[in-house]
Amino acid sequence: MKTRSLARTMLVLVALLSVQCLSAARSEAARVKEFDRSGKLVVVEKTGADLMPAYNIKNKQPENIYPVPRPPFSEGVFPCSQCHSYMKPNPKRRVLTDYHEEIVLHHAEGQRWCTDCHNLLNRDKLRLVSGELIDFSESYRLCGQCHGDKFRDWKVGVHGKRTGNWNGDKQYLLCVHCHNPHDPKFKPLKPLSPPERPGSARH
Amino acid sequence: MKNIWHFFTGTLMLVSKGSKAYYGWVLVLLTLMAIGAAAYFQQMNEGLIVTNMRDQVSWGFYISNFTFLVGVAAAAVLLVIPAYVYHWKPIKEIAVLGELLAVSAIVMCLLFVTADLGHPERFWHLIPKIGRLNFPQSLLAWDVVVLNTYLILNLTIAVYILYSLYYKRTPNKSFTTPLLLLSIPSAISIHTVTAFLYNGLGARPFWNSSILVPRFLASAFCSGPAFMIIIFFLVRKYTKFRIDDKAIQKVAELIAYAMFVNLLLLGAELFKEYYTASAHLAPVQYLFQGLHGHSALVPWIWTAMVFNITAFFLFLVPDTRRNNVTLMIACILVFVGVYIEKGMGLVIPGFIPDVLHEIYEYSPTGVELLVSVGIWATGLFVFTMLLRVAIPILNGDFHVADDGVGSYIGDQLFLVQQEPEDMAKRDDSGDEYAD
Amino acid sequence: MSDNCKCDEHVQHKSRRKVLKSLAAGIGLIALPGREASASVWEEFFQKHFRELSKEELKQVITRLEKKYSQQFGKQVNVKATPPIEGVKYGYGLDLSRCIGCRRCVYACVGENNQSRDPQIHWIRVMQLDKEKGVDLSHAEHYYNPATVPEKGHFYMPVQCQQCEKPPCTKVCPVQATWKENDGIVVIDYNWCIGCRYCMAACPYGARHFNWGKPGLPAKDVNTNTHYLGNRPRPKGVVEKCTFCIQRTREQPGRYPACEEICPVGARKFGNLLDPESEIRYLIENKRVFIFKEDLNTQPKFFYFYAT
Repeated sequence: MKTRSLARTMLVLVALLSVQCLSAARSEAARVKEFDRSGKLVVVEKTGADLMPAYNIKNKQPENIYPVPRPPFSEGVFPCSQCHSYMKPNPKRRVLTDYHEEIVLHHAEGQRWCTDCHNLLNRDKLRLVSGELIDFSESYRLCGQCHGDKFRDWKVGVHGKRTGNWNGDKQYLLCVHCHNPHDPKFKPLKPLSPPERPGSARH
Repeated sequence: MKNIWHFFTGTLMLVSKGSKAYYGWVLVLLTLMAIGAAAYFQQMNEGLIVTNMRDQVSWGFYISNFTFLVGVAAAAVLLVIPAYVYHWKPIKEIAVLGELLAVSAIVMCLLFVTADLGHPERFWHLIPKIGRLNFPQSLLAWDVVVLNTYLILNLTIAVYILYSLYYKRTPNKSFTTPLLLLSIPSAISIHTVTAFLYNGLGARPFWNSSILVPRFLASAFCSGPAFMIIIFFLVRKYTKFRIDDKAIQKVAELIAYAMFVNLLLLGAELFKEYYTASAHLAPVQYLFQGLHGHSALVPWIWTAMVFNITAFFLFLVPDTRRNNVTLMIACILVFVGVYIEKGMGLVIPGFIPDVLHEIYEYSPTGVELLVSVGIWATGLFVFTMLLRVAIPILNGDFHVADDGVGSYIGDQLFLVQQEPEDMAKRDDSGDEYAD
Repeated sequence: MSDNCKCDEHVQHKSRRKVLKSLAAGIGLIALPGREASASVWEEFFQKHFRELSKEELKQVITRLEKKYSQQFGKQVNVKATPPIEGVKYGYGLDLSRCIGCRRCVYACVGENNQSRDPQIHWIRVMQLDKEKGVDLSHAEHYYNPATVPEKGHFYMPVQCQQCEKPPCTKVCPVQATWKENDGIVVIDYNWCIGCRYCMAACPYGARHFNWGKPGLPAKDVNTNTHYLGNRPRPKGVVEKCTFCIQRTREQPGRYPACEEICPVGARKFGNLLDPESEIRYLIENKRVFIFKEDLNTQPKFFYFYAT
């Protein structure tokens, strides 16, 4: 019990520190190596806006509402509380049994366990590092904590897929529609049949 | 107007007369034409799927024949230049035959292109004003224009000269000379434009070489005249028409030069491709060595190479050039050699490997071969008919009768083997028409 | 000056129409059997170029086609002729770091665009390439068929019409049966194409396909939402190609192309190049992008990119 609370404190500290570092980098000047016009490698001082990515993503919607279909829960598992409210929370790393047998964590499993993402006390919610509890339909925010580059691309429709109309309403797919959050590597597919070779057709 | 009608009915009478050999030959041609037509009918019904062309190799045997025959047609100019520009008499007497060959070759060209179309009945889309000819953007539109111009030009010149001679008039020089002069650039243009048609495609490195036009011209000046010499020999042997050895020798000499240039340019092309050895080498490799185990064209191109080089020496060495047997062999070798090189050897490697580097080996189907044979038969039929009329006119055996209405036909039998002593005799009468 | 020209053209068109009409009438008389059917055959034969049709004539043509297709397939087939949307130039992005070569796009396209099943026509060709060699087509494998994809050491490159800004195919067409529309889509008038296949020789991407035989399109598989310049059923003997699903994308709102919609890995991106907020603009400006056979200066509006 003690080690767990210690770990949590550490985590919060790390998070706070990194936020601090980031903001520090933003406000301070930095020395950056780049090629000048004649092709020579030079070191230049850059500040603030120069260090930001060139493209400014304009989100027309507030961060937390992207239209998504229902998260792909395994059948009958949601709401989680229907079982978990009767169970004693157990954050210990172990082989899962009962309804979660099929979950074998292959997602940076060395550093992570269920309750890093699933809120320990209210299982119907996910939990951000900041402590904020979010719905499963907002899980992209959770993923985006680590995969910031993907999250950024996802928001503009470049990572992942949007469906609907190219010039009208679009629906986003959640990260978990394509990636199993517990084993996110994309699974191989059977390819559809190759084209007929010319000359091999019946004719 | 009446005269034209009488001339026309007269020629119809004339072509219906001839020796057994003539009838046999025409019958063979008509049979082949009928077979070709039947095959084409099948192709019309089922679509071009009856050919072996596919998306990977989208032009095949038809367009290969087309390309080769444009060269044959263009070669008539090789006779027209010495005859009319330099007033070289021995050739002037036979220049009309060259023009008639050009007409027949263009007819074949047009038929081959038509056979290759998915919707030949929409040909009217090509007519300016009525359709939407994409001129001057599309090189194919240019080709339509220059081929038809060349056809009309040659037909007009030849028919006008023959028509005049039929009515025992001297052809009006102020009418023929400008047309003849115009036929020279237009002969060059049909070949240039056909070469440009391939040349301008950045997608096909095998064709996208600026040396293509001179190569086309050089090979055209081999195959066309070679075919002419073969025809001259046949005409000399089977009709009363006299053809001076000097004329044939001159043409043979020109073939030697043209073949030299042709081989030189081919060598230059091969050097560039092999020495650079870029990705664009693949089609050349396919043609000459085979690529990834595909080598259908390799034996053909090497046959062509051997034929062309052998023929070159036969034409070059005075002894073999002056010997009628070796000269005839050389002509056949050149004709076949260029047929392979400028036909399938030029068109098919443009598609192999294809733009996504797929290799589909193409060879024509039976239907393609039959349709092509039918078109060749049609061309030869047209040529035979034209010669059937032209040769008696040039010999003075066919002209208007004394009543000014009917025709006098002195040469009832066409295609009869001539006696050797007959051949040796040089008859200068009756052939003067343009001077 | 230009006014004069227009006038002239108009007069020409009028007289041409007259000639054609009287020709049609004349020949129509010859065709005695099946009067109605043969009338439409002649109407089709003398149909003018798509861009010369007046509004009314276009309506007639479309009515005739809808009737013909509906009879042929035993269900109502709709033919549209939706014009380009103002201020739109379509662009396509394909993420080579994502594509796994599963060919879902190939068959979604076949279904959406009424391609012939037999003989087989595919507007999309997926090549398997070696990671070691990069985009070197001499190592391209078109007929790969392993149990699962992606295969180790390989990446996949789907190729379809690149909707070039400078299309070599339209330039060579002897009858202007194919052209680039204002929204950048290269289209074909299947009723005008003479089937010479010069465009296929000119296309550096193998994007054009010929109906070598009569298209085999089972009635049950027909997509009845069609566009005149796009996915309407084709006759034999004409060339066809990808149109960025013109029947979908020209609508307002317009659906994504079928290949984009089906892609299981989200490798395909589509949008308006003139809209700075579009995903296609974002990826062009932020990702490593290349265009296929750039040296040919065809200026494709199809952008291959690497998202990672």
